Amino acid sequence: MNNNVMEVKNLKVYYMSEKGPVKAVDDVTFSLKKGETLGVVGESGCGKTTIATSLLRMPSPPGKIVGGQIVIDGIDIVPLKEKEVRKNIRWEKVSMVFQGAMNCLTPVYTIEKQMWQTLREHREMEYEEARKVMIKYLNYVGLSEDVLRRYPHELSGGMKQRVVIAMGLFLEPKVIVCDEPTTALDVVVQAQIINLLKELKEKLGLSFIFITHDLATEAEVSDRIMVMYAGKIAEIGTNHQIYGEKGPMHPYTKKLLEATPRLHHRVEKLSFIPGTPPDLLDPPKGCRFNLRCTEVMEKCYKDEPPIIEIEPEHFVACWRCVKK
Amino acid sequence: MKENKQTGNLLEVKNLQKWFPVRKNLKEMLAGEQKHVKAVDGVTFELKRGEILGLVGESGCGKTTTGKLVMKLLNPTGGQMIFNGKDVTESTKEETKKYRRDVQMIFQDPYASMNPRFNIRDVLEEPLIIHKIGKTRVEREDKIKKALNEVKLTPVEDFMKRNPHMLSGGQRQRAATARSLILNPKLMVADEPVSMIDLSTRAEILYMMKEVQRDLGLTYLYITHDLSTARYFTDRIAVMYLGRIVEIGNADDVIDNSLHPYTKALISAVCEPIAGKVNLVKEVPIKGEIPSAQNIPKGCRFHPRCVYAKPECWEQKEPELIEYKDGHKVACRRYKEILKEK
Repeated sequence: MNNNVMEVKNLKVYYMSEKGPVKAVDDVTFSLKKGETLGVVGESGCGKTTIATSLLRMPSPPGKIVGGQIVIDGIDIVPLKEKEVRKNIRWEKVSMVFQGAMNCLTPVYTIEKQMWQTLREHREMEYEEARKVMIKYLNYVGLSEDVLRRYPHELSGGMKQRVVIAMGLFLEPKVIVCDEPTTALDVVVQAQIINLLKELKEKLGLSFIFITHDLATEAEVSDRIMVMYAGKIAEIGTNHQIYGEKGPMHPYTKKLLEATPRLHHRVEKLSFIPGTPPDLLDPPKGCRFNLRCTEVMEKCYKDEPPIIEIEPEHFVACWRCVKK
Repeated sequence: MKENKQTGNLLEVKNLQKWFPVRKNLKEMLAGEQKHVKAVDGVTFELKRGEILGLVGESGCGKTTTGKLVMKLLNPTGGQMIFNGKDVTESTKEETKKYRRDVQMIFQDPYASMNPRFNIRDVLEEPLIIHKIGKTRVEREDKIKKALNEVKLTPVEDFMKRNPHMLSGGQRQRAATARSLILNPKLMVADEPVSMIDLSTRAEILYMMKEVQRDLGLTYLYITHDLSTARYFTDRIAVMYLGRIVEIGNADDVIDNSLHPYTKALISAVCEPIAGKVNLVKEVPIKGEIPSAQNIPKGCRFHPRCVYAKPECWEQKEPELIEYKDGHKVACRRYKEILKEK
């Protein structure tokens, strides 16, 4: 029995710069179960957006998938031809809600025209029928038919975000990749969009990959959380394993969580992680977090830690967690 | 003049307004009407010496405009600003220049707020040259070194030679803070200083800013949309909605015992890093969307979105800030009844 909708194995995505390959995603393995939300968190430059675009097989140039597999619904999409990806994978199996969704809509077209373009490209549909589909999905995201006639500038940020989510839904993909879908929105709207995503997950049995830099948002959205650091997975755990009383195991996750301010809990001093993430052109030897880690050992400078399962579903890449 | 010094208020803002005129259409032109976007519409607060006041609100609530008014980057449409016991609302060019020595700003985007062709030394030297501080290069350099030390950009010599692109976001924000500090200001306006900085260094920058504030006895006006950092960083919080302050008080009071329905909604919407909330749908007690600042609702401006609104809220005139206790003020007619309902 395999209920994974997506399996990513040893994925490597490098940006081919003039100075050599920038290893933005380096040997990343994870899976996504049906009906689950997997959160991906990390600082900027840790490779989370690169993962997102790679899942649709469109890393922004000069990025290139140099190795590994992305298996969606039983098909490895890495070796496929671009034409096939366009026809059968992108938007059909995986769709994406981009960062700053308000900039994803063409300002000179009405919402109806933009939606119709996508539908016409993928489905042989009469206009009347397409309109029904559009209205159905707009209703799903809590918008009325009236929106179809409008131009993007006539809608508020939250409404535009809803439109973009609706457009991600209407070819009924298995997986929706959300890249910072709430970052540019106000808190109240943010909460509404999060509620909407949860409802859709329940109603339509969708699977989400939810990418953000904010650990607090992730706690309310994701069933499992994957923490990335400098192109590698630092830790994967369930919501309880990461945010529960016992807390995370990787020093990076621990620090990141301590650095997150909490509203209902006054702290005198938040902790922080000194230094900056390493240059991915030439990542440090051993563990990539070694220069900023407070629990560093000699071994951390020599060998890269393997990612091991320390309890069911909880994976950590840290020498501290390896039992001798 | 003396009175203000005794009360210890560095800045008093009274009924401050900023209306932006909207372009007219033909009909309005013929009728001679002029519509306005009321970005700031009667804001009153005071900043005590040495305190950090957080100005919190959603986008479009007028918090940045208020910051710009305080900086005198914009001229107010109405109201009064009293700085250090002196009315600074209307001032000559010379006076404004002097005022800006005392009031400095840290901007949101550390990537855009520095000239990319200047090195950090030049970036920090420029305000000194403008304000004619330090006669010789050596004298100025001493000041630059002192400021960089204050924000812990060490080794100082090394950083002085670097260009902005050679610094990380956090380091840039430190340099920007040093640039503001170099003129020995009394008040710093920080407009979302950490919203573009990575989470792991955000706390570090806030801590640095707090240390500087303690060391030099500065006063901050901290403008943000993020209630969680506001609680961590500030002494008092003012919540703005559609150009007005709806609640103001000590940070702990405003967050733990919020009185205004809008503050309550904001607080309920904030995410917390706690387990076990994945399958819950969050209830945010607020209706609809923020109205345009061109057509501000009659009566209490929050009433169309308020879940507690009663006819009195839109029939009577706009509620003023009423003191609840210990300087905790709220602009809601029904706050006592709402407290009882709970």
